[in-house]
Amino acid sequence: MSGNEPVDDAREGAPEPAKDAGPAKDAAPPEGAAGGAGQAPDASELMVKAEQVHKSFGRLEVLKGIDLNVRPGEVMCVIGPSGSGKSTFLRCVNHLEKIDAGRLWVNGHLVGYREKGGRLYELRDREVSAQRREIGMVFQRFNLFPHMTALENVMEAPCGVKRQPKAQVRERALKLLDRVGLADKVHGYPAQLSGGQQQRVAIARALAMEPALMLFDEPTSALDPELVGDVLEVMKQLALDGMTMVVVTHEIGFAREVGDSLVFMDGGRVLEEGRPREVLANPRHPRTRDFLSKVL
Amino acid sequence: MTDLSKSGEPERARPEAIKAVPVRHPGRWVATVVLLVLAAMFVHMLVTNKAFDWSFIVDNAFRPNIVEGVRTTVLLTVFAMVIGILLGAVLAVMRLSPNPLVSGTSWLYTWFFRAAPRLVLAILFGNMAILYAKVEFGLPFDAQLADLLGVDIDGTLFSINTRTFLTGFMAGLLALALSEAAYMAEIVRAGIMSVDPGQSEAAAALGMSRLRIMRRVVLPQAMRVIIPPTGNETIAMLKDTSLVAFVPVTNELFFRLQAVGNRTFHPFPMLVAAVGWYVAITSVLLVGQYFIERHFARGAAGQGDARQRGRLRVRGIGFGGGGGGAS
Repeated sequence: MSGNEPVDDAREGAPEPAKDAGPAKDAAPPEGAAGGAGQAPDASELMVKAEQVHKSFGRLEVLKGIDLNVRPGEVMCVIGPSGSGKSTFLRCVNHLEKIDAGRLWVNGHLVGYREKGGRLYELRDREVSAQRREIGMVFQRFNLFPHMTALENVMEAPCGVKRQPKAQVRERALKLLDRVGLADKVHGYPAQLSGGQQQRVAIARALAMEPALMLFDEPTSALDPELVGDVLEVMKQLALDGMTMVVVTHEIGFAREVGDSLVFMDGGRVLEEGRPREVLANPRHPRTRDFLSKVL
Repeated sequence: MTDLSKSGEPERARPEAIKAVPVRHPGRWVATVVLLVLAAMFVHMLVTNKAFDWSFIVDNAFRPNIVEGVRTTVLLTVFAMVIGILLGAVLAVMRLSPNPLVSGTSWLYTWFFRAAPRLVLAILFGNMAILYAKVEFGLPFDAQLADLLGVDIDGTLFSINTRTFLTGFMAGLLALALSEAAYMAEIVRAGIMSVDPGQSEAAAALGMSRLRIMRRVVLPQAMRVIIPPTGNETIAMLKDTSLVAFVPVTNELFFRLQAVGNRTFHPFPMLVAAVGWYVAITSVLLVGQYFIERHFARGAAGQGDARQRGRLRVRGIGFGGGGGGAS
């Protein structure tokens, strides 16, 4: 794909719904709550809906009211200085952190709680695990299981958690590893792989659970510069295949080329949100301008 | 770089390998001579000192009753360690549980069994029949309840005489195993805490349950930290089995050897035989530890291919340096 062509064009053939037109055009999400085109979309037709999400660690308030919507098939890139709460927000989406106030839905389900009769009930561990199966997560430090080969890493969760037949999982895992360009490394242990290769195994591992949403927490920040490209290429392919993605990143180029929306966070707040090209070319908030002038 | 290499002579001969005179270590020679002399003196003493009575040792250290003692000692060690490790692992997981009741129970257990000396525990368990004449299984407080309600109920499902259940062997085994579990709990806990929390997080993000994360992800990695001190514990346990002589267990190795020594008025040679037996069994255990450690080193950096890759990389850097020097 040439640099000029907007990504959206290439995506129109993708199975997931195109997202720029009003919600009425979308392949209808299960609950038909399609309101008017101008109304704020309901949680049931969004992949992620965050409403006034607050999170504190002790006395330090890290998230001070985050409102974000991610539509199915959307690639949202989140940028911002370190300590701005980007990673924490991502971890909240996966319920690795509990939020203190606000509401967070993923795929129509309230994250970590059940709401009944106006009260919130905490979910049991088992139910939280079930929710997480819909969400793939890729970490900055890969976090591959070092005592398993690449193939075993990818097969572990589908076999052990979803109880799918081993032969079938193995076939799919090999296909996934081939897709991320590691067909020749399937029997290698993580310590024998480069950082870029490890991160691609980690992506394959998350995809093996067939998630509806993929979260990337600075996936290329721990990599040597020459290895970043391979990982970004895999992520771009994933985006072209229609995967819904939330990517916390410092790769402005990736955000511009692949992202459908760009979010700038600072001090636990979303300061600016919009189409990547517009935000990058004409940042409205002075803080965004300041940040971009330093990283571009 | 390319420009530089073009401008220089295209093929400079590789300089010959360095042949330098190595640094001399006269101190090592002196130390070697001293140690050799000391060793010779020791061997001389072993051979000439009549108190060792080697032929007596050889004649008596392999008698059937001694070999039975070896068997008891090894069995006690194996059973006590197996129970100790399993119970210890459970206690360690309990200790790390978010449930305060569960972690408190584990703490209490560890506190008590680390505080009580093994020898005292062994004797205490040997005398358990004084405390409980019978071991009964059934409803708790059934007799008191019956009194209270004025009815005649018996909640006992079955009962056994403590003396038939708690033989000397069982009492000794229980004392050793329960005490070991307390130490193993701390070792396993240290191992679990040594695993990068990112591992549990990644596993949780894949939707794995807490138990499964522990079993498939955390414990296998913790094993590398757990095994060396567990090897220590096993060896210590082998030697601590001699404590059960006080329960008393009379078919245990040290007791048997001492008995022979006392009966024949040759106590010292039998003590030497005891040292020999314990050293021999410990050596076998160490071989086992080597193989277990190798198994759990799977995938660790510095193993197999990874080590080879490291070597290649170092050589690569060497070439790079050479190129820089040539320009």
